[in-house]
Amino acid sequence: MSPVARTNLRNGLLFCLPWLIGLSVFLIYPLCAAFYYSLCDYSVLLPPVFIGFDNYLDLAGDPLFWKSLRNTAYFATGSVTLGLVVSLTLALLLNSKVRGVGVYRTIFFLPSLMPVVAGSILWMWMYNGQSGLINTALRSIGIDGPAWLGDPTWSKPAIVIMAVWGAGNAMVVYLAGLQDVPTSLYEAALIDGAGFFQRLIHVTIPMISPVIYFNVVLSIISGFQAFTQAFIMTGSTGAPERSTLFYVLNLYNVGFQDLRMGYASAMAWVLFVIILLLTFAATKLSKRWVTYDR
Amino acid sequence: MPSPNPLTRTTPLIHLPLLALATVFALPLLWLLLTSVQPREQVGKIPPEWLPRQAFITVKGETVPVTPPLPVGSDKLVVVPSAGPKQGKPLLVDPADYQNGRVTVRTQVADRLLEESYPAQLEQAVPARFVIVKEWFLSKYTSREARVFYVDPSAVTRSISPIFGNYPEAIRALSASEKDKARPLGELIGKSALPWTHKGDRSKTITFVTYLGNTLLVALLSVVGTLSSSSLVAYGLSRIPWKGRTTLFNITLATMMVPFPVLMVPLYGVFRSLGWIGTLMPLWVPLFFGGAFNIFLLRQFFLTIPSELSDAARIDGCSEFGIFWRVILPLSRPALSVVALFTFLGAWNEFLAPLIFLTEPETFTMALGLQQYQSQFGGSEWHLLMGASALLVVPIIALFFFAQKTFIQGISTTGMGGR
Repeated sequence: MSPVARTNLRNGLLFCLPWLIGLSVFLIYPLCAAFYYSLCDYSVLLPPVFIGFDNYLDLAGDPLFWKSLRNTAYFATGSVTLGLVVSLTLALLLNSKVRGVGVYRTIFFLPSLMPVVAGSILWMWMYNGQSGLINTALRSIGIDGPAWLGDPTWSKPAIVIMAVWGAGNAMVVYLAGLQDVPTSLYEAALIDGAGFFQRLIHVTIPMISPVIYFNVVLSIISGFQAFTQAFIMTGSTGAPERSTLFYVLNLYNVGFQDLRMGYASAMAWVLFVIILLLTFAATKLSKRWVTYDR
Repeated sequence: MPSPNPLTRTTPLIHLPLLALATVFALPLLWLLLTSVQPREQVGKIPPEWLPRQAFITVKGETVPVTPPLPVGSDKLVVVPSAGPKQGKPLLVDPADYQNGRVTVRTQVADRLLEESYPAQLEQAVPARFVIVKEWFLSKYTSREARVFYVDPSAVTRSISPIFGNYPEAIRALSASEKDKARPLGELIGKSALPWTHKGDRSKTITFVTYLGNTLLVALLSVVGTLSSSSLVAYGLSRIPWKGRTTLFNITLATMMVPFPVLMVPLYGVFRSLGWIGTLMPLWVPLFFGGAFNIFLLRQFFLTIPSELSDAARIDGCSEFGIFWRVILPLSRPALSVVALFTFLGAWNEFLAPLIFLTEPETFTMALGLQQYQSQFGGSEWHLLMGASALLVVPIIALFFFAQKTFIQGISTTGMGGR
């Protein structure tokens, strides 16, 4: 190794030292430890006892596990799909060189800055069965609104709607993407006689598909980690009838309420694998749907 | 003048859907702010009332805020007994119960109705059309007794008046233990336990100021930690060619897919063995060791800086750290401010990690303190809950207007914002 290469190696390692420590202590070690604990009976207070794959076998037959998985998939799918439609619509509307874009953008964006704790409390008030704003609005058009967070059929849609309210973040991303689409493409499409919707389907969407892809993957991953909304709005049991018992909420209950850390670690690893698989599937799908020819 | 280019020409009709959507998006926030300045009697009305209204009457030149008027119903008299247990206190009685300067007072004692008669003075004749109003207090913790007035309905004026006093009341409600709540606000704040207060100092009370101090301390340390460590690492991964840096970078990218909930159980074990559970340390110490996303972000930015700049500095005898400190960092201010902003937001909004790692109320952050208050008093006192939520939200909104450009740039380039 040449002296320069040696100096560079030394300097490189020195600069990366904090991260090498952080990576091992706060990421790789916990990830491996979680896997080891998932094979153990472990309550934090006592040392772990190895029990093999029992935790995973128990998970397969645990109705709460499946329920929380279904709830989370419902929430992630709903909030990602609706969020995509709403944020893309907003971005397209704002991209049309309308006056006052700045004001509109601020109004749409601000809700996404809301701390989840405060947002959840606000939406509990919005969804209040009698004097909440939502049911008042519904009553004014002659609909008797449901009890929302108190109704097992409506509690998940309620949390999805709250998530869509925070779609302004994605809107800003899409708006930036839209503004990067070269005008020459639209001009070419126009010469070919393409109407508004044809331009949208054949120019706009393909051109911002990498941005959409990136954002959707991130939203799915964060959707699977939903916790705070449900914890605050419906309590740690995910009332009513555990309809809002999300995966991480269940994990929190098992690990930090029941102190079944081994079982919780098995759940954590299953979540990790789910997220890996989803990301992998999204990458595969992106090959077909995402255009990368800039 | 309409533009001839159909691509840039827009119809003003586009404002219709935009305005409709903007209303839907703005209403919840507006509703939060309006509820937070309503008197508690107004909160929860069906249908809801938007603007905060307060009833007032004028007594001897003094304007007194009062509770919403209640009808008297039938003709009554207000008399003041000059003897007996109710001596000196005005009583509202039926005219039949006041004869010859004596009032008949009935009290239910177990299953017997006790009838007693006391001398009393007539103070006011109350016609049936009059209304009862009570002096209105902002705080339910006040020990003073409310005055009661019987007045003509026309004497009660209702006017739009925001109750900004709900905010100190929310601060009081959010913070103190039950026994502290009757203390004056100033005293309460003065006795607040602060993050650096010696642990176990029982003379200090836990207040909103404590939560705010904890939150700001964690946010500040997180920003300092992230900026210093992530920029160092990003430099090492982008501007020094060394064997293994590609591997390390790929590992770094891969770890971005590991969500916190997957790690929280073993991390709890790590922090427990370090003795950090119940302190603020789990929330900020790890940030001094870098974070994958911020490293990635800064690395991408550092790569855009021409290498000639580093080479020139190197020829001038600058050390590697000197180049990092004097050349790269000053050029990276936009990227560094995005990282700082999102780290601050993340620390301010974080809930799950504080919930797990903070066990002592004196270490609670604002988000956790708000949740604790909500879980105890949720479902009532919406005006105070909204006031307390506003205390968490308004600083963030202010920060947005202060650093709007950084926000929008940061989100447009990174595809996420503080989440």
